This record gives sequence, structure tokens and C-alpha cells, in this order.
Amino acid sequence: MMELGPYAGFIVAAYSAALVVIGALIGWIVVDHRAQRRTLADLEARGITRRSSTVEAA
Amino acid sequence: MALIDLANPTRFLNLVARVLPLLAGAAAIAFAVGLYQALLVAPNDYQQGATVKIMFIHVPSAWLAMFCWGAMTIAALGTLVWRHPLADVAAKAAAPLGAAFTFLCLLTGSLWGRPMWGAYWVWDGRLTSVLVLFLMYLGVIALWRVVEDPSRAARAVAILTLVGAINLPIIKFSVDWWATLHQPASVLRLGGPTIHPSILVPLLVMALAFVLLFLTLHLAAMRNEILRRRVRTLRLLQARGA
Repeated sequence: MMELGPYAGFIVAAYSAALVVIGALIGWIVVDHRAQRRTLADLEARGITRRSSTVEAA
Repeated sequence: MALIDLANPTRFLNLVARVLPLLAGAAAIAFAVGLYQALLVAPNDYQQGATVKIMFIHVPSAWLAMFCWGAMTIAALGTLVWRHPLADVAAKAAAPLGAAFTFLCLLTGSLWGRPMWGAYWVWDGRLTSVLVLFLMYLGVIALWRVVEDPSRAARAVAILTLVGAINLPIIKFSVDWWATLHQPASVLRLGGPTIHPSILVPLLVMALAFVLLFLTLHLAAMRNEILRRRVRTLRLLQARGA
């Protein structure tokens, strides 16, 4: 077991803050990716496509 | 694959799909090793006691905060000079990451400063210049949001980024130029590190983990930005067709 001494609260708070900030970044990027993919798929399903994607498909 | 090949967003997305799982896995392994060494192996400092463990997240965050603005500066040159199509995508994707790591640097620094200095905050050169860096990140994010056309926003952001790069040497040398509570450079300095290897090695492993995490998040955020621009293009096409 780690012995963190009299300032354990500051150490735990610092590591917790890192966990929250990094977790929030990962969560934001994952949610944003899903949202963009969903919107893109929705638009393409309605027949709206870029000219370049038509060329790529051909 | 040459750098010019990555100017094609579709090729870039294919590369990201292949590289991202490897980078994420490497980051996870580096964090596991780094945290084990930092929390369970590295000894306490003879003066600061266990609070030195805060250094293992504070210092990599500080390095990343500056590294990220450095990357944005190169991207700004890519936008203004070489007009690389992905340069402004890279810059836009990096800004929130830089802001987050700068915030983490300031927060963990405060939590380290209170028990060691007796104050959460002092208006000295190092702390103030890092706070300025954080505010500049927020300014860049705001600029991306208020200018609707991405290419116009990119040019404005690129100029702001190049001007803001002046702050990087100020942050680095602030502890040498002005009287400060903050300790002087002890790793990246002429004459080599002054930290004992038992603490330096875990610090470097944690720094590697943070860099791998940044690269993972940056590539993922660039992928999102490319998709966002495709959505924007399709919506413009839809509006013209309506």
C-alpha cells in the first residue's frame, strides 16, 4: 500500500483531475466521431453525396 | 507513403484507421508501466515527500501544453506557406487538446504548490506565462467557432498561432529571467538532468505515455474534423439543391 503522507489529499486530487480531464477528452472525441458518422450516413442515405465520392465509387 | 499523399483526406482516414489502434494500445501500455513506476517504485523526495508524485502528471502536462502549441505553429506555417489541405485540420484538432493539457498543468501545479509553497497561485513569470498560454488556446478555439468558413478561420488562427508562439520561449526561460517560486529547469537543460534516475525514469515513461495519448487523440480529432467538413459540404450541396 502506498504511503502518501500528510498531503495525500493533494496527490489524490491531482491524479483524479488528470483522470477526469483525460476521460473527458476521450469521451468527447468518441461521442463526436459517432455523431459525425451518423450525420454523414443520414445525408448519404438521402442521396446527397459529394462528386468525389461518386468518382471514388465508380 | 509520402507526406504529399496524406493531403488526400480519404488516404489520411485510411491511414488513421490502421494506426489509431496501435497508438492507443501503446499509450495504454506506457501508462500502465509509467503509473506503476511513478506510484509504486519511485521513492519520495527527501524534501517534498510524496507530493513529488504530482510531478509525474504535472510535468508531462506542461511539456504537452507547449508541444501542442509548437505543433499548431508548424501547422500554421503549413496553412499560410505550403497550403497543405490537412494543416488547418491538424491545427483545429490540436487546440482543445492543448487547452485541456494546459488546464491540467495549471491545476496540478496549484495542487502541488499549496503544500510546498503555501499558496495555490502566485503571479510569477512561469505561472503567468502558462496562464497566458491557456487563454490563447481558448482564444484560438473561440476564433474557430466564430468564423464560419473554415478556410478563412484557418488563416486568422494561423496568424494568431504564429504570434502566440512568442510565448513558448518566455515560458521556457521565465524561471531564468525572473525571480520565481517555481523551480528552475531540471530535465531539459544544458549539462543534463539534475533529477535522480529513480525519479527521472518514471517521469520520462509518463512523458512518453502522455505523448502517445496526445498523438492518439490528435489523429482521432483530425478524423472527426474531416468528417465534420464532409457533413458541412453535403449540407451546402443539400441547401443548393433545395
